[in-house]
Amino acid sequence: MTQRTDVSEQDETVMTTTRTWRGAEARTAWLLSTPALIGLTAFIVVPFLLALVLSFSNQRLISPLPTRFIGIENYLATFGDAGFWRGLINNVWFVAVVVPLQTGLALFLAILVNSRIRGRVAFRTVYFMPVVTVMAAAAVTWTLLLNPNGLVNAFLDVVTFGSFSPDWLGSTTWALPAIMAVSIWQGTGFQMIILLAALQDVPEELYEAAELDGAGSWKKFLNVTLPGIRNGLIFVVTVTTILAFRLFDQVWIMPQTPGGPLDSTRTMMLHLVETGFGGQAIGRASAVAVIFFILVLVLTLIQRRFIREEGGAA
Amino acid sequence: MRARAIPLIARYAAMLLLAAFFLFPLVYMIASSFKPDGVVLSDADSLAAFLPIPFVGVENYVDAIERASVFRSFFNSMVISGSIVGLGLVVNSLLGYALARLRFRGRTLLVAFVIALIIIPFEALAVPLLFLSAQLGWLDTYHVQILPFVANPLFIYLFYTFFLNVPVEIEEAARIDGAGPLRTFVSVVAPLAKPAYATVAILGFLFSWGQFLWPVMVTRGIDVRPLALGIGTFKTTPPVQWGDIMAYGALMTIPLVIIFLIFQRYFVQGVASSGVKG
Repeated sequence: MTQRTDVSEQDETVMTTTRTWRGAEARTAWLLSTPALIGLTAFIVVPFLLALVLSFSNQRLISPLPTRFIGIENYLATFGDAGFWRGLINNVWFVAVVVPLQTGLALFLAILVNSRIRGRVAFRTVYFMPVVTVMAAAAVTWTLLLNPNGLVNAFLDVVTFGSFSPDWLGSTTWALPAIMAVSIWQGTGFQMIILLAALQDVPEELYEAAELDGAGSWKKFLNVTLPGIRNGLIFVVTVTTILAFRLFDQVWIMPQTPGGPLDSTRTMMLHLVETGFGGQAIGRASAVAVIFFILVLVLTLIQRRFIREEGGAA
Repeated sequence: MRARAIPLIARYAAMLLLAAFFLFPLVYMIASSFKPDGVVLSDADSLAAFLPIPFVGVENYVDAIERASVFRSFFNSMVISGSIVGLGLVVNSLLGYALARLRFRGRTLLVAFVIALIIIPFEALAVPLLFLSAQLGWLDTYHVQILPFVANPLFIYLFYTFFLNVPVEIEEAARIDGAGPLRTFVSVVAPLAKPAYATVAILGFLFSWGQFLWPVMVTRGIDVRPLALGIGTFKTTPPVQWGDIMAYGALMTIPLVIIFLIFQRYFVQGVASSGVKG
């Protein structure tokens, strides 16, 4: 009897505490949220809306002339600009080559370091090392490696018996492929880790079941591994595609002149920086930014759609 | 996964070959940083490229530090990345906690808002931000390189999902002891969230240390310029001495590699968790 009273007394205390706690809760919540919300608003929401507004204006970075709204003129000018198209085509070309190669390589690495063999952690560390190398430092090192008399060509001389040694960064044909190679070198480790996490989530029983059905390694890969890591793969492909459209550091640093030679490594981001920063045409560059954002949005929506379908089926 | 079909030796051979591919530019950079400038280029066609012979000690490092003010840029990068990470851990985790645990009007809407912001890439904001920064007279300052990156929707989301998974009972115990929400967070929840903090800190450091596009736009002089932009500029500053440039590269790469080797577990977790948002 006494015991029961004790319990109900305690319950009451808990309830009153909870009630006061709730009262403070909403206030505290806003207090805790405010610093981050100010940051998100000031540095993401406002600039984002500003990009939309400015893209319809003739705003310049520093100008004595008043700002006017000029309708879709910036968009028309951008779509009529050979430099923009050159950049976009290079980005698309970059996606077409880098996304499959890098994803394939990352998957191969993930499978290699996911097996239970000695030294797998050491290998994983090495494969991930380029990710912690700042792209600017990597780009500078690769510039030296890709020098016409550099190490890359010395190696190619030996393997191809001297039949292939282009002036990588000085050639309109080979500059973009060279930059693709550097990007793959630097980015693969990141995706390897994401795919590795996906691989480790595939239930071991599925492999055992497939084995009982007499499936070989290749069959298991096709029927168990690939469907099992579907979401991870979709994520990696989308992120790599989006990153490819953000390509900037390498094309700024590696060629003799940014985007060179002869615009062969020009990208959409380089076009944006040259227009907005170099040319100080804020309105025009904002239009490029909006186009870029719409591209990223479409890619993300495609990704979400595929991933959701998977969730629905499961 | 087991795939014993592929012989072990072939497997190791493939792994070693790939390791060589991912490692050789770094070895080359470090070896070259200890060689005379002229030899860096003339050695580039043989395996001697990977050996620091003839060894000139730290001569290139001294040159790079004198000619390119590496220390200045190093300090700048530390200030910028340190502030972004430090401030970011506080504000992002606070919002993440509020969203995950506290009940208030508009909470679900805020969660959706944060998730929506994740997809806006910084590059889409750079031009209007440049415009705003110029209007405010913020060009060539530290804060123009720090403030835009403190509140980060991806990091808020990572904290949010982490806090969702902390058992509620732990907080209830603190609550019964009479602790308010903020007190509960600081003394009970935050210490439990060390892995989340470590993950976000490392990911944030990795992103901010390598920033290039934004400093190109908002810094002109050496005063507040970070390392990434510094090496890009040094590469084109005559006389181009490759030994010095490689020393610069090594100086900005080695600290991160060391941090990586020590906290590798968190790096791997961080990257893996950046992939779960899909």
